[in-house]
Amino acid sequence: MRFSGWQVIKQGLTGNKGWKPQWRKPEPKPEYDIIIIGGGGHGLSTAYYLAKEHGLTNIAVLEKGYLGGGNIGRNTTVVRADYSQPGNSEFYSYSLKLWETLENELNYNIMHSQRGTYRLFHSDGQRDGFARVGNAMINQGDDAILFGRDELRKRLPYLDFGNTRFPIFGALYHPRGGTARHDAVAWGYARGADQRGVDLIENCEVTGIDIENGAVCGVQTTRGAIRAKKLGIVVAGRSSQVAAMAGMRLPIESHILQAFVTEGLKPVIDTVISFGMGHFYISQSDKGGLVFGGDLDYYPSYAQRGNLPRAEHVAEAAMALMPMIGKAKLLRSWGGIMDMTPDGSPIIDKTHIDGLFLNAGWCYGGFKAVPGSGFSFAHLLATGNHHAPAAKYRLNRFNAGDLIDEEGTGSQHNLH
Amino acid sequence: MRINCPLCGERDLREFYFKGTKLACPDSEEWGADWDDYLHNRDNPAGVSQELWQHVAGCGVWLIVMRDTVSHVIGRVAVAKDEVRDAG
Amino acid sequence: MRVDGYGRIDRGVTVPFSFDGKRYCGHPGDTLASALIANDVKLIGRSFKYHRPRGILTAGSEEPNALVTIGQGGAQTPNMRATMQEIYTGLEARSQNAWPSLDRDLLSVNDLFQRFLSAGFYYKTFMWPRAFWERVYEPIIRRSAGLGALSGVPDLAKYDKAYGHCDVLIIGAGPAGLMAALTAARAGADVILVDENAEMGGRFLFENQVLDGAPAMDWVADVLEELVTMGNVRLMTRTTVTGVYDQGTYGAVERVSGHLDRPDIDAPFETFWRISARHGILAAGAIERPIAFPMNDRPNIMMASAVRSYLHNFGVVAGQRVAVFGNNDDAHRTAQDLVSAGVEVAAMIDSRSDISTDAADYPVYRGAQVIDTNGRKGIEQISVQTQSGVKQINVDCLAMSGGWNPNVHLSCHLGGKPIWNDMLNAFVPDPKNAAGLQVAGAAAGIFGTKGAMKSGIYRAKLVLDALGMKAPSMPLPITGDEALEATPLWEVKAKGRAWVDFANDITTKDIDLAVREGFGSVEHMKRYTTQGMAPDQGKNSNINAMAVLSDAMGQSISATGTTTFRPPFAPVGLSTLGAGGVGQGFAPHRYMTSHDQTVEMAAPMVETGLWHRPLYFPIEGETKWRESCDREVRMVREAVGICDVSSLGKIDIQGKDASQFIDFIYINRMSSLKVGRVRYGLMLREDGFVMDDGTCARLAAQQFLITTTTSAASQVMQHLEFVAQVLKPEWDVHISSVTDHWAQFAVAGPKARDLINQIVNTQINNDKIPFMGCGKIKIGSVEGRVFRISFSGEHAYEIAVPARFGASLFEQLLHHAKPMGGGAYGLEALNVLRIEKGFLTHAEINGRVTADDLGMGKIAKQDIDYIGKNAAMRPGLTRTERMQMVGLKPAGACKMLTGGAHLFEVDDDASRVNDLGHVTSVGFSPTFGTNLAIALLNNGFARIGEQVKMVDHLRKVTTICEVCDPVFYDPEGRRIRG
Repeated sequence: MRFSGWQVIKQGLTGNKGWKPQWRKPEPKPEYDIIIIGGGGHGLSTAYYLAKEHGLTNIAVLEKGYLGGGNIGRNTTVVRADYSQPGNSEFYSYSLKLWETLENELNYNIMHSQRGTYRLFHSDGQRDGFARVGNAMINQGDDAILFGRDELRKRLPYLDFGNTRFPIFGALYHPRGGTARHDAVAWGYARGADQRGVDLIENCEVTGIDIENGAVCGVQTTRGAIRAKKLGIVVAGRSSQVAAMAGMRLPIESHILQAFVTEGLKPVIDTVISFGMGHFYISQSDKGGLVFGGDLDYYPSYAQRGNLPRAEHVAEAAMALMPMIGKAKLLRSWGGIMDMTPDGSPIIDKTHIDGLFLNAGWCYGGFKAVPGSGFSFAHLLATGNHHAPAAKYRLNRFNAGDLIDEEGTGSQHNLH
Repeated sequence: MRINCPLCGERDLREFYFKGTKLACPDSEEWGADWDDYLHNRDNPAGVSQELWQHVAGCGVWLIVMRDTVSHVIGRVAVAKDEVRDAG
Repeated sequence: MRVDGYGRIDRGVTVPFSFDGKRYCGHPGDTLASALIANDVKLIGRSFKYHRPRGILTAGSEEPNALVTIGQGGAQTPNMRATMQEIYTGLEARSQNAWPSLDRDLLSVNDLFQRFLSAGFYYKTFMWPRAFWERVYEPIIRRSAGLGALSGVPDLAKYDKAYGHCDVLIIGAGPAGLMAALTAARAGADVILVDENAEMGGRFLFENQVLDGAPAMDWVADVLEELVTMGNVRLMTRTTVTGVYDQGTYGAVERVSGHLDRPDIDAPFETFWRISARHGILAAGAIERPIAFPMNDRPNIMMASAVRSYLHNFGVVAGQRVAVFGNNDDAHRTAQDLVSAGVEVAAMIDSRSDISTDAADYPVYRGAQVIDTNGRKGIEQISVQTQSGVKQINVDCLAMSGGWNPNVHLSCHLGGKPIWNDMLNAFVPDPKNAAGLQVAGAAAGIFGTKGAMKSGIYRAKLVLDALGMKAPSMPLPITGDEALEATPLWEVKAKGRAWVDFANDITTKDIDLAVREGFGSVEHMKRYTTQGMAPDQGKNSNINAMAVLSDAMGQSISATGTTTFRPPFAPVGLSTLGAGGVGQGFAPHRYMTSHDQTVEMAAPMVETGLWHRPLYFPIEGETKWRESCDREVRMVREAVGICDVSSLGKIDIQGKDASQFIDFIYINRMSSLKVGRVRYGLMLREDGFVMDDGTCARLAAQQFLITTTTSAASQVMQHLEFVAQVLKPEWDVHISSVTDHWAQFAVAGPKARDLINQIVNTQINNDKIPFMGCGKIKIGSVEGRVFRISFSGEHAYEIAVPARFGASLFEQLLHHAKPMGGGAYGLEALNVLRIEKGFLTHAEINGRVTADDLGMGKIAKQDIDYIGKNAAMRPGLTRTERMQMVGLKPAGACKMLTGGAHLFEVDDDASRVNDLGHVTSVGFSPTFGTNLAIALLNNGFARIGEQVKMVDHLRKVTTICEVCDPVFYDPEGRRIRG
């Protein structure tokens, strides 16, 4: 069923009884050409692009819980392409281009809103550092503008320009940055993949990976064994556990990143602002909640819940930056499990096992990467060749020393 | 979270710094798989993990902490210097 | 309307307040909700999506409908629960989400189009044309969404944070919590008892119960009197525990002065507590559950328990002709209490058909259900499906009760899931996984008073056992033990919209639609419909939503399961959680000892890390920073300059193995350093990249003093402790940071030694303190240290004295420098001086460079191991085409250089594929009369002498540059040895 305003009216007039499931609930078949483990944003977009770009439809996505139940539904919805390191620049730029046509492509309103992102700087040195990033963005063909304090004050008058602990010198503005409705991205890709014949199988946990003579031949699941010669692991947050089924030990530590939302409020922040000195960033959702977050909790955890000191620190940063939101009330907090890598950049690669492919290590940058990651991973799965924008995301780059360390914080996973 | 520092007693998480999993540093002076493993690869268990923490805003001691990454229950906390020396 | 003879508020005193500009009166102890009910105000707000008229549903913090805005300006607080806000003289409350007025809200037109606005409709439309989303659709949606509004100006009220420590934290001061507190307190345990209401007593506040033959509140008063006199008990009212965290850590919000018209000037508005408790008892009671029947959202449709609460605590009723609709015995208490108070009960509609109605003082309809209601801005009539047909009954208030939901939330904050109890038709905490809490009373599903009190004692005894304390014998007051007899009724299946989530305008139809579209998992349903995401966090709606979902899915509620309970239990103001963050409070300040004099000299300050450092010291006639900076550079090059460098990290390393240790942390050899000598050092991280640079002075055979950059000081200290304690525990090394102990000043320039010799007791000379030498000095009676090191390329020293003498030394140095043509210089000049000399800062040490990249590979030791040596051997770190540090100077018509610009071949486009590197540092050199830069350039060492194009898109600068050796000034180092 095609979605449109007319369809909404037509169905509304008949009591909304005519809407159909947005994707099927198929039983797993005994064998597929390709199995994707993980029905999150990256897994679903991979399946979608396998079908759409490569005409491969005998594909299953196996999800242990419900579709879109991982980090795709636990992030702060920011979409941007403001990286500076070779490898990241071209990848996120490519991903952003896919975002820009995604709504119409998927026929699903994912509410991608290019309301701009501001990254504040607080010293001359930081300004030059951000200028390096902004120039890299323009070199890549993306957009960036460096605003001084006066211009920024006109644009964001509610920031504390008078008395904040770290005076605001200006900001790097990325007009094409913005936000999107996270759940809708997962559902839109799911519906698109399903329409093209991909089997999306929920409540199907992979319990083992079958390998014979160094090559993948299938998986064991809670819903029985399923055969396939190609297997893509796309389970950020649980990558280490699933890879361990294939005897692999990954360059990944799992850390919690908290996110927060306030009660609904009338529009007050119409863009995305990040405050580097405070590890704080904020936007306002279409429902009116202020959505914000901060830094990692710093210790490995699979608990999907955050600690109090971090929550307090994030709120303190909010008060330092924009005391006008003090009367907003924090409504919910949640924690996502981040695959943290030693250089802060992801992995899209083959493994030493034939037919076993890995898409992991998204740290806390995974949401904006969903279209690009799926596209590039699908390319790799279908053709065996690395897709150019993601060609540097190799698994052996740590051993080789070809790091993509955007922050320059080195090989301690939780520092990125 | 609260960690029981063997030197100071139980203290709030805010006083501690997490560095990583406790791993034995390879002996070899050449770069190799052992170094790659030490610097990058992790078991990353969903369960009890042996971790390195520092009581950075307290006595400065480095600690080996047995902690469950799912329940956050903390088991044995030992002074790293004693542990490593005894093991070595 | 007030009811005579009821309520516990003081009617002798009148409290004026206003709602939507209209003035009303209440009494001390009233909440805004009770006072509005007393004044017969029914319409309080508009619903989120359909802008339907809404009134008061509950009498507690779970209120979904009666949300108002309080106050003006920075104090303006949106989404306040009228049921929790106590009134005070002059309180101004306003309705929200209505325009132009609450009474006539234009957006109530949404209600007419509701059939097109079902769950998730927005995912299916607004996609064409593409550009309309940001420009047209989204702004409209945003404006109509949201509830209250922020004022847009800062909240200037005071907020505070506090720590609490106790043996046992008891959450909720109702029958169970009070008994638990009394038991624990009498045993001698340190107790903190918190309750979110203004008074303790819990359900006793809201009922007319009897204990030991007297009103229950008399018993409460006795208990509180005993507790308050005990030294081991802290009683906290108006305090909500918001979250449970690991190892017995709790967050709590205390509302300190929001209920007062003239609060103490020093009192915070709210205080955020972090409570560390060895044990916790959850006695948070239960919340009554609504019933999803058609048109159940009109003003004056209230929870049955809320009707009783308003009657007994506040002496008000919302109507004069009330109907009660319920599925349980408790609902009958509301009817009975109303009748006793002289209020007409028009009907008691009980969905159960097997109940006895003989004794009732009011008409009872058994096996009946409310299937519709009427009345636009307040209920006027209900339609009841009785066993003998549909009956219309005129009422002005409808009380409903679908049973009770234990407040399990906090018991699930550490990841536990509650268990469905078929007897209670409710979720109860899983005793094996209740976040370390002992759960007592109604929160555990024990609804009767006697049972609740017993469970309070029992849970306290378990805690005392664990604490190793002896539990006292606790007599129970004589009271009834009313079991809750109920038959589940979640949803009345009849025509019309039945609200499940009042706050987010979610009806049973929305849940059905979610199931129809495949969103049948409880998490999908929640996300698709937004059920449970409104300010009440699903407290009123979750169980009904799960029941309706289970029904639509044809499965049991326990199979459907719950969504996750997460902090905070009740919404927390950001000002409160972020108390201390506003303005200067966000992070500590670090000041150097010269700070006051520096500020007096009108030097603009800048922060490096947490340190405040001067940029430059303007003198009369200078209007631009460059004038001051150029003068200060020339001053250092020609005479002498003084710069406070105390913010640089100073680490003292001692021990038998100190020299071996130092060799291990630096790439270059330090063990060969003689006592009284200093050496430049570069240290790597374990991954082979450069961590920091600095100097290392050997003060004694087994004592070294190393310096770090300002920004890396704590990182280096931590690293050294790691190396000493974890990697080399067998070495005898002691490390301590002495950054704060010493004030240290650079004295740089050809006249540096002359200046120093004017203040030291014993003159220094080239023999005593040669280049890269160090030693002791004495200034008056103060013992200090001198290091002959230079960050400027000039003959220079750093003088250190104990920090308490820093200000005085700075003053003396300035005093003596002036006649010599010298003075203070700031960071701007320091930066230019070091760029001219090609010295490093963290603009170059960016975490991605190797020692080789910086041209420092040659100083590395080959024979012995050091940190990072192995990792630096990786192919990626040793390639020749890596970016290497070079100098740049303008070579074309444009003379501008800018930090952060990228580098390209002269004829190439400035695009990523052609990117060769970037400019890390720039300064105008008065010495050379041109801009100079340091850059990281691909294969840079090999390109010295070539030209590159610098492009800064952001500042619109393109400059042709010559690649140079980064040491522009005195490359032979003659001056530095001077």
